[in-house]
Amino acid sequence: MPRFSLYQEEFHPSPFMHIWLEFKRSHFALVGLAVLLMFCGIAVLAPLMSPYDPNIQNTNAILLPPAWEGNGSISHIFGTDALGRDVFSRTLHGARTTFGSSVILVIIALLIGVALGTLAGMNKGVKSSVLNHLLDSLMAVPTLLIAIIIVAILGTGLLNSMMAIILALIPQFVHQTRSFVREEMKKDYVLLDKLDGASSARIFWKSILPSMFELLAVQSTLALSVAIIDISALGFLSLGAQVPLVELGASLSQSLEVAYSAPWLVALPGFCIFLMVLAVNIVGEGLRSALRNRLIH
Amino acid sequence: MTAVLEVKELIYTHRIRRSIFSAPDEFVLGPISFAVNAGETLALTGHNGSGKTLLAKALVGAIQPQQGSILLEGKEVEQSDKKTRNHDIRLILQHSNTTLNKAVTVGNVLNQTLQLNTKLDEQDRKAKIEQTLVRVGLLREHYYFYRHMLSDGQQQRVSLARAMILDPKIIIADEPFAALDPSVRSQTVNLILDIQRDLGMAFIFISQNLGIVRHISDTVMIIDKGKVIESGKTARVFQNPQHELTQKLIDSHFSLVDKHFGQF
Repeated sequence: MPRFSLYQEEFHPSPFMHIWLEFKRSHFALVGLAVLLMFCGIAVLAPLMSPYDPNIQNTNAILLPPAWEGNGSISHIFGTDALGRDVFSRTLHGARTTFGSSVILVIIALLIGVALGTLAGMNKGVKSSVLNHLLDSLMAVPTLLIAIIIVAILGTGLLNSMMAIILALIPQFVHQTRSFVREEMKKDYVLLDKLDGASSARIFWKSILPSMFELLAVQSTLALSVAIIDISALGFLSLGAQVPLVELGASLSQSLEVAYSAPWLVALPGFCIFLMVLAVNIVGEGLRSALRNRLIH
Repeated sequence: MTAVLEVKELIYTHRIRRSIFSAPDEFVLGPISFAVNAGETLALTGHNGSGKTLLAKALVGAIQPQQGSILLEGKEVEQSDKKTRNHDIRLILQHSNTTLNKAVTVGNVLNQTLQLNTKLDEQDRKAKIEQTLVRVGLLREHYYFYRHMLSDGQQQRVSLARAMILDPKIIIADEPFAALDPSVRSQTVNLILDIQRDLGMAFIFISQNLGIVRHISDTVMIIDKGKVIESGKTARVFQNPQHELTQKLIDSHFSLVDKHFGQF
């Protein structure tokens, strides 16, 4: 048979590509994505980017204001705190801890939640419905409250608070995945796959998981903003990251004592947390509307 | 000559329990017996909820009938022998937005069917898929297309491609044209007739549209409340319907058609 190409461009965008093309149209979302990528960069490169060790105390420069104030110094661009530690380095390291641990815990919660949700969704019967209703009742309680209870049992520390937040986030993923998988299993294409002789595992990996991608992307951004706030809230309550480890919430609570004489010590980590959550939410919103519009254009 | 597909005394009882306290509602399909020869078309018609779709599902093996036997070229098909059954009896469903997965390309859908049911290697599979796509009136490029890039008629052609890619002996189509507009519908009807003539396969066709039924079927079977009320050669049934309900169905259809043409 002769081969000819009807189309000039051999461009077959995947659904993922479609989402990106649609996402790109919103400048607001792109700025959010840039900020989010900046935080990803900070999380990886903080030790290389920070000019000082975040825990080194310089007794010659205590409570130095930021460089843009009249009596500030360019050697400490964000100033220093009550112990003479460089605030810029501490903010970078704090962002690394807060953002990095949030991303890791969301990924772990996602994997566990999707696995459990899929098992519950593909199986029918009492067991899966018991699992579902138990986890649904957990969803009624705010994640931070669950996390505080779990930390109270496990003890303080960053690792423990991460585990607590993972456990608190899992029910959401299980619930979303389960209801999605159940809906998909009723659809005609699954019947046709079954008639083709596809096993349940194959139906999940090849048919259901690709269509679940969007749901997971949106759900993960939601979970990420919750995780950032919870990690820094636990740090602020001194239940999370402990002293040698720098964490934004913990820095915030340490600098509260000198908040009147050195307001930048509270403002900078606070602004950093605010920016992180804002960027995550803007990207999440952009993703949601991109998914909605993808099928229209 | 043995029939491609023969069904003997098939009975399927469908129980729906509306609440845990009430007794389940029973819907009994059958007993139904019929035979289809190669190259022939059997049309099933009847009101909504008469059991047509259940019969189609029982034939392809999506549900397990309680009694009766299904013979494929004289040999009984076992419920466990999925391979032969998948290969020789294929199903086309009514067009809806759930018949194709929105996240999988047309090519990958067809590729999976071949992968699971044939021993072709990757290159042969690709060649076969392209050949089938061209056969159902699509382009090779549609290999890379996703559901939302295709029109309704094209999506239904993909369903047809999925059914015929294994060169089956019989295709069962459940209302394949119901959701298509008239011009696309007649295109698809003619396409199926062409393919059937070329490949000589049998075709079981479920439809409410008596115009299409009369156009394409050799024999027709009218089902009501799970029972066959009338069956026979299409021409005979349409000219001389025996059962009261058949008469009503045919009258109501043709009175509409006459009214429609009366306007011109």
